Amino acid sequence: MTTQLLLAGFGGQGILFAGKFLAYKGLLEGRQLSWLPSYGPEMRGGTANCSVILSDDPVGSPIVSNPDILVAMNLPSLDKYEDAVVPGGMIFVDSTLIERKVKRDDVKVFYIPATQLAQAMDAPTLANMIITGKLLSESGMRTDNIEDSLKKVVSAKRANLLEINLKAIRCGMEYNA
Amino acid sequence: MAEKVLMKGNEAIAEAAIRAGCRHYFGYPITPQTEVAAYMAKRMPKIGGTFLQAESEISAINMVYGVAGTGKRVMTSSSSPGISLKQEGISYIAGADLPALIVNVQRGGPGLGGIQPSQSDYFQSTKGGGHGDYRLIVLAPESVQEMADMTALAFELAEKYRMPAMLLADGTMGQMMEPVELPEENINTVDMPWAVTGTEMKREHNIINSLYLKPEELEQKNIERYERYKVIEANEARYESFMMDDAEYCVVAFGIAARVAKNAVVAARKEGIKVGMIRPITLWPFPKEALCAAADKVKAFISVELSMGQMIEDIRLATECKKPVELCNRVGGMIPTPEEVLAKIREVKGGSN
Repeated sequence: MTTQLLLAGFGGQGILFAGKFLAYKGLLEGRQLSWLPSYGPEMRGGTANCSVILSDDPVGSPIVSNPDILVAMNLPSLDKYEDAVVPGGMIFVDSTLIERKVKRDDVKVFYIPATQLAQAMDAPTLANMIITGKLLSESGMRTDNIEDSLKKVVSAKRANLLEINLKAIRCGMEYNA
Repeated sequence: MAEKVLMKGNEAIAEAAIRAGCRHYFGYPITPQTEVAAYMAKRMPKIGGTFLQAESEISAINMVYGVAGTGKRVMTSSSSPGISLKQEGISYIAGADLPALIVNVQRGGPGLGGIQPSQSDYFQSTKGGGHGDYRLIVLAPESVQEMADMTALAFELAEKYRMPAMLLADGTMGQMMEPVELPEENINTVDMPWAVTGTEMKREHNIINSLYLKPEELEQKNIERYERYKVIEANEARYESFMMDDAEYCVVAFGIAARVAKNAVVAARKEGIKVGMIRPITLWPFPKEALCAAADKVKAFISVELSMGQMIEDIRLATECKKPVELCNRVGGMIPTPEEVLAKIREVKGGSN
């Protein structure tokens, strides 16, 4: 089984961080995986995206062109990648920042006002982890190793941020429209 | 077995170099390889090593030349435009018969080009990017694991044959993270009686030099060097053969292109197309024998490259043009999708029936 994820949004929204969290989660589960960021000037405010592949077999190309799961955290990302999602795939939309609906009817769509929820819990930079939480609960990924995975990706120097990240993920997991 | 960690390709190269005993790194920042330098800057001071950001690439490669003369493990890394600047120094290192590691995390060119991945420095790496008759051992990893493993191998081959070695990666490989089992600390080296280490008044001076004003002497140096190259060509060509047993078509690709092509080969097999892949791991020496043998079995080759078709020339030479060689490529920082490679495989099959 192979799951190809594409996470996309503005630079600064924590797209790469969310991808890293999923990658470390895969590592802890002993899966094969790759994590590939966009590394251009977009990291400083333009569109940023990150390909994550989790698989039981060796990963071929690390570039995700047709994701099973798309996380869109801004409109340009949804516009750009909506049609690329495989039929039957999933799209997670930050509905605070994206006003339009997904046009396709052959994919499962989840609208999460992640940015608004993040502001409400006084953690405006953690919309990424809220939407990731929703992704975890809807995609059937393992949820017993969330804290361990977070510990891998939150550096020791910033261990104080562990709790709020965990809270954001739980917020997303429990969110129902 | 050591624990697997997640690392970027660039970081894996740096850590593997340290574990292989490299304590001297000279560089100059350039996207997409800067993490190599950043990692070295962080680690070297803590382990008694030297990290030095030179004032230019030219300066950095000449510092490498200097340390190489003492027989210590030394490296530099850069990306395409920076590697062009280093070519004079690389030629001197080759001309002085010194081991050193040069890492090229390629980006699109020519000129300043772009910062996205490319394989268009194939000619420069394998045919001698600087002046004079010389070769580099060129290793082309396809994963973060191979980036780590081949770093130590590059040092070992460079020392064994007294010549510079290059690790040829690209922006994708440098930036991607994959699980990697880092090699144990292991310094597998050879005696270097030629190194300048101080005579202690016990031996004659060793001289490191690439200047030979007597043509007879310079000719002899070149001939000796090429005798060594013959041994390398006979013994060090490395490649991976993938689904080639009954293959009627053979994809040839290295590095990131091989990763993409592997997906296409698997997909084509599902359609019943008998296709396999030969992945050169050493680009010099090029795995000529493997390709030549394949040429007697397959109907056609497909060279998948992130260049306008540079390796395709070596495939044609190795196979003596016995079978057609088609090109499937993207350039300028673009990477072909597995679907594009699959379409090419279908097209080539259609055309040869």
